[in-house]
Amino acid sequence: MPSVRIPTPLRKLTNELEVVQAAGANIGEVINSLDQAFPGLKERIVDDAGNVRRFVNIFVNDEDIRFLEEKATPVKEADEISIVPAIAGG
Amino acid sequence: MCDFDFGPLEAAYDYDAIKAAISRDILRSRKRRMWRYRELLPIDGEPTIGTQVGFTPLVRADRLAKKLGVRTLWIKNDTVNYPTLSFKDRVVSVALNRAKELGFTTVACASTGNLANSVAANAASAGLKSYVLIPADLEQGKVLGSLVYGTNVIGIHGAYDQVNRLCSEIAGKYGWGFVNVNLRPYYAEGSKTMGFEICDQLDWRIPRHTVVPMASGSLLTKIHKSYNELIKVGIVDSTPFSVHGAQATGCAPISHAMKRGTDIVKPVPKPETIVKSLAIGTPADGYYAIHAMRDTGGSCEDASDAEVVEGIQWLAEYAGIFAETAGGVTVASAKKLIESGKIPHDEEVVLCITGHGLKTQEAVVGKCGEPRLIKPSLREFEEQIYAKDTAAA
Repeated sequence: MPSVRIPTPLRKLTNELEVVQAAGANIGEVINSLDQAFPGLKERIVDDAGNVRRFVNIFVNDEDIRFLEEKATPVKEADEISIVPAIAGG
Repeated sequence: MCDFDFGPLEAAYDYDAIKAAISRDILRSRKRRMWRYRELLPIDGEPTIGTQVGFTPLVRADRLAKKLGVRTLWIKNDTVNYPTLSFKDRVVSVALNRAKELGFTTVACASTGNLANSVAANAASAGLKSYVLIPADLEQGKVLGSLVYGTNVIGIHGAYDQVNRLCSEIAGKYGWGFVNVNLRPYYAEGSKTMGFEICDQLDWRIPRHTVVPMASGSLLTKIHKSYNELIKVGIVDSTPFSVHGAQATGCAPISHAMKRGTDIVKPVPKPETIVKSLAIGTPADGYYAIHAMRDTGGSCEDASDAEVVEGIQWLAEYAGIFAETAGGVTVASAKKLIESGKIPHDEEVVLCITGHGLKTQEAVVGKCGEPRLIKPSLREFEEQIYAKDTAAA
């Protein structure tokens, strides 16, 4: 199963786990299985319309899913997925 | 950031109480520093860090105005901001005062250079331990400009957005005060002082047009906010104003979204520009910057590397100000905005120039000519310099 790195603000929902396993053939499915294992997680990642929230970045093996196929981005068993809040620059 | 959807948090103020507490005379009676407007900044007590920051010159640049074809041109010259020659001293001062109030002993940042310089210098003077994380390929002036203060400079093999991502993970794991991560709501408010000062220096009025360079888009949104706040607390009259954005063409996600007529900012995966200080492919405040520009009737432009170099040269040759590459972006973009009529020829414009040219010398080395070399001899001066120049004239 792909592993998912959880950012600090969401770890209250994952019993403080930094990394969790979640099944799925693409990012959308992974988000759904995350929500089954840790109820409430999905609404923090995607908005009511089902789109990834504006200030959330999701990476598959360091590649931003916005440069891939967004939620349809396929994932494999050994992939590492990171959920990272967007932050400002300078 | 917001714990629920990760959106940026905003500092909240009691504007009615502030309106009752300040006046133009009260503000003018205070020292000419950014802390003159402290009621509109998110710190509790008197500032102890960066007390000398701000109140940089607002320079009337008539020769550059003529060159650009606009009636009145002002340069808000943060190339001489104290202590590290960029507008970042404003945001860092606010963030570090707040960090101290909150009990942080280690401060840090993700930076494209200027922010790192400012965190390093201000942390050194305050006795705070600091870490600055930067892309490994920054200009030498920016790297040295951090190292000299004894900070921990961590070069990351990757683009700024990768540095940013790493910092958000570090900030989540360790109890450090990252000025642009967990201290960001305070940090960002410091940018407002640039707008406050512009109005103050124009004898308490808002300029008709302001052109602002954009990386994350934060400075533009805060200048917009500063003008609105001064209206709200009764310090300036509500007059029409437009804020315009400027980006480098090689990393122009906000400019492209504006030109497409959308507020969905498509990230740039691999920025390719000499303007490293603006090379943020995923601008966190892009959405807000677009709305600030649209709400005020502003526009956006971007400049190629060659146009950036020309912008630096024009600012130097016609206004006597040596700016870093972001300044070249602002001048070159203003030129386009004026040419296209988005800034009308008969109006007034302020250009926000945010960092000193000595920090990005690589951009202009070999492009401004070379010194003419002669022996220490009057005859040689007269033959090789004076005679030739007189003939050429």
